[in-house]
Amino acid sequence: MKKVLTGNFAAAYGATAAKVNVVAAYPITPQTTIVEILSEIVADGHLKADFIKVESEHSALAACIGAQAAGARTYTATSAQGLALMHELIHWAARGRLPIVLTNVNRAMGPGWSIWADTTDSISERDTGWMQVYCENNQEVFDTILMSYKIAENEDILLPQLVNLDAFFLSHTSQVVDMYDQKTIDSFLPPYKPTIKLDVENPRSFGALTSPEHYYEFSYKIAMAHEKAKQVIADTGREFKKIFGREYGMTESYRCDDAEYILVTYGTIAGTAKDAVDRMREKGIKVGAFKIRYFRPFPVEDVVAGLSHAKKIGVIDRAVSYGHGGAFFTESKAAMYGHDIPMYGFIAGLGGRDVSIEDISGMVGHMQHQDPENMIWIGVKK
Amino acid sequence: MSAGSQDTKRKIKLTLPEEEIMSPGHVACLGCGASLGMRYALKALGHKTMMAIPACCWAVIDGPFPYSAAGVPIHHSAFETAASTAAGMTHALSQLGQDDVTTMAWAGDGGTFDIGLQALSGAAERNDNLIYVVYDNEAYMNTGIQRSSSTPHGAWTTTTPVNHYRKGQKKNIMEIMVAHRIPYAATANVAFPEDFIRKLQKAKEIKGMKFIHLYAPCPTGWKHATDKTIEIAKLATQTNTFPIYEVENGVYKINRKIKNPKPVAEYLQYQGRFRHLSDDEVAYIQSEVDKNWERLLKLEQAFGEE
Amino acid sequence: MAKKTDKAEIIILETADDMPPMPASMGSMRVNKTASWRSIRPIILEDKCRRCMTCWKFCPEPAIYPTDPPTIDYDFCKGCGICINECPFDAITSEKEGK
Repeated sequence: MKKVLTGNFAAAYGATAAKVNVVAAYPITPQTTIVEILSEIVADGHLKADFIKVESEHSALAACIGAQAAGARTYTATSAQGLALMHELIHWAARGRLPIVLTNVNRAMGPGWSIWADTTDSISERDTGWMQVYCENNQEVFDTILMSYKIAENEDILLPQLVNLDAFFLSHTSQVVDMYDQKTIDSFLPPYKPTIKLDVENPRSFGALTSPEHYYEFSYKIAMAHEKAKQVIADTGREFKKIFGREYGMTESYRCDDAEYILVTYGTIAGTAKDAVDRMREKGIKVGAFKIRYFRPFPVEDVVAGLSHAKKIGVIDRAVSYGHGGAFFTESKAAMYGHDIPMYGFIAGLGGRDVSIEDISGMVGHMQHQDPENMIWIGVKK
Repeated sequence: MSAGSQDTKRKIKLTLPEEEIMSPGHVACLGCGASLGMRYALKALGHKTMMAIPACCWAVIDGPFPYSAAGVPIHHSAFETAASTAAGMTHALSQLGQDDVTTMAWAGDGGTFDIGLQALSGAAERNDNLIYVVYDNEAYMNTGIQRSSSTPHGAWTTTTPVNHYRKGQKKNIMEIMVAHRIPYAATANVAFPEDFIRKLQKAKEIKGMKFIHLYAPCPTGWKHATDKTIEIAKLATQTNTFPIYEVENGVYKINRKIKNPKPVAEYLQYQGRFRHLSDDEVAYIQSEVDKNWERLLKLEQAFGEE
Repeated sequence: MAKKTDKAEIIILETADDMPPMPASMGSMRVNKTASWRSIRPIILEDKCRRCMTCWKFCPEPAIYPTDPPTIDYDFCKGCGICINECPFDAITSEKEGK
């Protein structure tokens, strides 16, 4: 069944289709409609779940942690300041190995107050142990939420996952989304049955004081789960394709095969980049677009395989790590170490500034004629 | 009486449930009121209990990985999340059809009066189905005796040193909780375990948010002899410093009315944290205790049983 | 109730594979004999004891069993002295450890 949905509705319907048991969330622009629609779906009985209307994002994630630890499948959603307020518990969920799925509508951090797209919020959660995925369109939002539960709950993984979509460009923009029937979804995503949880029949304490003798190994286990997740993500993507017809990997190549110039992007800019590539191709420029879906685990192998034939590589970040550059750029550059390909780091679209096809064509022009730099600010008023 | 005879054997009558769920071997300090509190709480609630315990002494007392002393499942939670974590747990249990399991948040005064107050208020306002016990030892004991908003007037702590001892009233957490119109709020004292256990068992049968303010002396932080825990705790109630009462659906009931309350000085004298106090300060503390007690009596008169 | 994790056994975790994914307890703190914390040893005087079980009631470990007469578990008693202080019949005396 096809529906016209905004990204936020796609997210809410994704959580509904995943039959989550407990939702705990707090409203923040531009995530708000996710909370609104889900509270209605739960109140109307279309989803058999408890919606805990918490007093803060901090409590939203804490409640999800408590519920997930007790054996429930949980869901929450937030943006920017809300994600930052959750930060302590973002760590808690990962180290507790609780496969919570969180939709983050990427929004700029204040001050000044900005409700517009910027991925600094989620990039700031890089080192928490969460898997992070970035969506290009609303179909991908819906599909990714379903796949996220399957990946996160895998016994070898048990890691929470952040599903990111850009403020307004997706959250409030309507697109056609194929919803599938619930029976098919259930066959893809069975109920959550954790083998280790809070259980009065087998009482254990979770998260007790952990000495240097053991803490290190728990960190190692999280790192190893991230390594394993690469395979699980690929397998889940293939299984998803078998049932639903669309395949998702950790990355996606667009007209890259013979490309001399490759633009690496994520989120909605990836869509614009594809259009820009089409236009430049018409002019005979051999350019391709390479979308990174997963930021954590970072798809090093896919990046190397997808980019190593390029003459020049540009990476577009809608965020900046002050003092060095965009995180997708620095990670990609590290992945490409030893390949001796000039790499350009483009900062673009911060705080919701539009990134146009012309901007992207301009980046390729820059790559054709200028030396590589780590931080090239596109469209900044200098 | 002849010890060990058949006669005496029959006379043994326990006033608390016999089964011990909490095991010895835990790492509470000698004479710890908080460990007594947990022992009683689990006697009252039984095996079908799960707990959220935030950063507090009990985060350590329970023992390090891979061991636990509690005997029931525990989620060690972030400092300010006892109530919100427990809220998640109780909603999960309800969705998973495990309504026979009791959810308890077990937090110290810092995690309740201070950093956890917002989450607690949220859970209380939503009337989430859980029992929240604050074991009150009147300072941040686990980090080494820093003042909290539960530290009473006059007390020494490491952040209210002797020359700058704590000035001002301890926060009245009970009135805050009663203001949320939760179905049940009560005070209890480790010196009166029968009363504490009765209250927990009552709370277990009530749906919604139940709050118990448990008075739990800390020999380490209060600088009293480890054998005096119960004696001091009794004095706290016998002097009206810590009255024992409950508020059920807004109805106040003082459970222990002391006919001839002892002077507060008797309660203060055993505790090194009050040793520096002048007679004037002791008189002031007495006047505050009297005022609080009068206020409680008025509340009971106004909102007690008909 | 079957409690798989209530074994009072020392748990040796040699490799990361021996450990659960998260710090989830695998045994009881009963392994931790706290007898060494004790500087005074409480001793119940059987002839003075009237089996009121006050000592059992107020033991924070708990390391007193409600037997006739009550018995002190010296593996766990930390020697806080609450039982001595609270006994209504002065039926518990003490001696210094390591004398």
